[in-house]
Amino acid sequence: MSTELLRFTTAGSVDDGKSTLIGRLLYDSKSIFEDQYEAIAATSLRRGEEGVNLALLTDGLKAEREQGITIDVAYRYFATPKRKFIIADTPGHIQYTRNMVTGASTANVALVLIDARQGIVEQTRRHAFIASLLQIPHLVVCINKMDLVDYSQEVYQTIKDEFSGFSGKLDVKDIHFIPISALKGDNVVDSSVNMPWYKGGTLMYYLENVHIGSDQNFIDTRFPIQQVIRPYNDDYHDYRGYAGRVAGGILKKGDEVMLLPSGFTTRIAKIETFDGEQETAFPPMSVTVLLEDDFDLGRGDMIVRPNNQPVVSQDIDLMVCWFNERPLQLRGKYLLMHTTQELRCMVTEVHYKLDINTLHRNLDDKTIGMNDIARITIRCTKAIFVDAYRKNRNTGSLILVDEHTNETIAAGMIIA
Amino acid sequence: MNYYLNHLKELEAESIFVLREVAAKFRNPVLLFSGGKDSILMAHLAMKAFFPARIPFAFLHVDTGHNFPETITYRDELVARLGARLEVAHVQEAIDKGQIVEEKGYHASRNLLQTFVLLDALEKGKYDAALGGGRRDEEKARAKERFFSHRDEFGQWDPKNQRPELWNLFNARMHPGEHFRVFPISNWTELDVWQYLAAEEVPLPSLYFAHKRLVFERDGLILADSPYILKKPEERAEERLIRCRTIGDITCTGLWESDAASIADIIREVATARKTERGGRADDKRSDTAMEDRKKEGYF
Repeated sequence: MSTELLRFTTAGSVDDGKSTLIGRLLYDSKSIFEDQYEAIAATSLRRGEEGVNLALLTDGLKAEREQGITIDVAYRYFATPKRKFIIADTPGHIQYTRNMVTGASTANVALVLIDARQGIVEQTRRHAFIASLLQIPHLVVCINKMDLVDYSQEVYQTIKDEFSGFSGKLDVKDIHFIPISALKGDNVVDSSVNMPWYKGGTLMYYLENVHIGSDQNFIDTRFPIQQVIRPYNDDYHDYRGYAGRVAGGILKKGDEVMLLPSGFTTRIAKIETFDGEQETAFPPMSVTVLLEDDFDLGRGDMIVRPNNQPVVSQDIDLMVCWFNERPLQLRGKYLLMHTTQELRCMVTEVHYKLDINTLHRNLDDKTIGMNDIARITIRCTKAIFVDAYRKNRNTGSLILVDEHTNETIAAGMIIA
Repeated sequence: MNYYLNHLKELEAESIFVLREVAAKFRNPVLLFSGGKDSILMAHLAMKAFFPARIPFAFLHVDTGHNFPETITYRDELVARLGARLEVAHVQEAIDKGQIVEEKGYHASRNLLQTFVLLDALEKGKYDAALGGGRRDEEKARAKERFFSHRDEFGQWDPKNQRPELWNLFNARMHPGEHFRVFPISNWTELDVWQYLAAEEVPLPSLYFAHKRLVFERDGLILADSPYILKKPEERAEERLIRCRTIGDITCTGLWESDAASIADIIREVATARKTERGGRADDKRSDTAMEDRKKEGYF
């Protein structure tokens, strides 16, 4: 079985056809079941709606269905013989930026929808910016509702050019454009007969074939220790294994490694899983590493290569997306979670607040409230081992937690 | 060299990571074990996550007393094979003590009563995390569930105020008296579960395979003929070839006509199925938001 897993995120509001598009992907890949379809058909009828409202498939909570909006991130699943897909379906309105950020954090692909009649609007820029801030490796821009603009190549080209001009300011590596009609099915799963001028593949073809094999960092070896496995039984008397998930690079049996924070060096004696010894381990594998020498290592420590070390620092510069109604407090103390570390930090500086619609850096208003994005500096109670988020999403990300309410109040993307 | 994991191996790696985070972040976690395929998968993943050490938490079975006998046999064998510690919380005991009152009538089920018994067992055992086999593809309310799902001191879920969950960073902080539900197999689908159990050659309860059983039909569902379900006068039991797609309490587990005799047959059946697995669950049919409502109260 050689099916790959691809995670993609969508964001959108009620009218841009996002639910219809997801509904079509699910329906055409036979991922909607009869009883699900019957249930939403009955609900549509009861509410006096025309036809079957596919949006009901993606809106799960009672409040959402009553109000006809998506509030939270919903995860959807479908599969084709080539790939299994996980959709993080998020609301598109500015007040739900935190949900978009959440959905984007694990995605390989961001799907941005543009209504061909409207062209690029504020929300389009916002979605593209979040995709770039969260370093989603691939961006696919679907210019939707082509049926309503007579399948016009000119309309498509104008939007494409405008988007390309705007995205030049963003940090996105791979952008792809597809003209579609989610409602009629053009270029979603089947090629459109209405747009012979478009020579590219359908959205499904793109999702099935986009190269995601290089999305992980296979260069900078990082192994944050989750816990120490000590069986304490006669068969494994002196066993001391370091359990964790490879966060970057490749581990090989016999490799010379450095242990952080101690700085000691040793070699990898063995890489184990329940299924037996492994020659190598790479992201996102969960393995157990055994070392040649005995050290007192524990959760929060990291195994790296001596010639390729992360930044070890108490002062961290980062972009944050604020999640909480209580605004960020300068000099405020927060709990920080990074890889398998948990420690306290203090916000020592707010550099600027970013307007996510215009990308303008506001140096005057430094009040950071719910859904705001800002560049800040924090000081940690001890040095942590980080990489720039651009380089590694696993070792470059962190969350801040309020110690009193225990709420997750911010997501951080480390600059260095 | 191609550094690539297939989707089952990637899901496995994710679940093992989550299970290890639970062991590291909580003082006293417990694995909710129902005897169904999802909790069998959870037990198997837990065995792998901590190998060669033993699974560092107990299994908790909330027993309605209305079981398929095969479930209990399988449960006891599995626990013995893994060397795990099993605790059983009995719904019958709570009824006998007068803490809860049994439903009456043709549709009587102990499904809702489980919530009280579960919350009571979590409190008595001083468990701070309950690991469940819930999957996001099962039901629309579950599609919005977090891996680490915070519960207040009444065990309730507040879907509108969930903690954002980013990357693989799980916030497990809580106040005294609160607890977490953790769902390590959130991202698996029904088909993934079967494909994986097949690939790993995990032994499964006989209930999942086609067998002849006395059954009767009610509201389009096929239910097992059992002393725990009161049949209406017109309802007649007959022998049919059926299997379970989910295993729950006998009073609300719908059965499926099937001749799937092997796990390969099951995979073929699931891959082409036109109804969801929970489509046969009488407990979900009570209303459009039955699952969300129960989850808010503290159900699995």
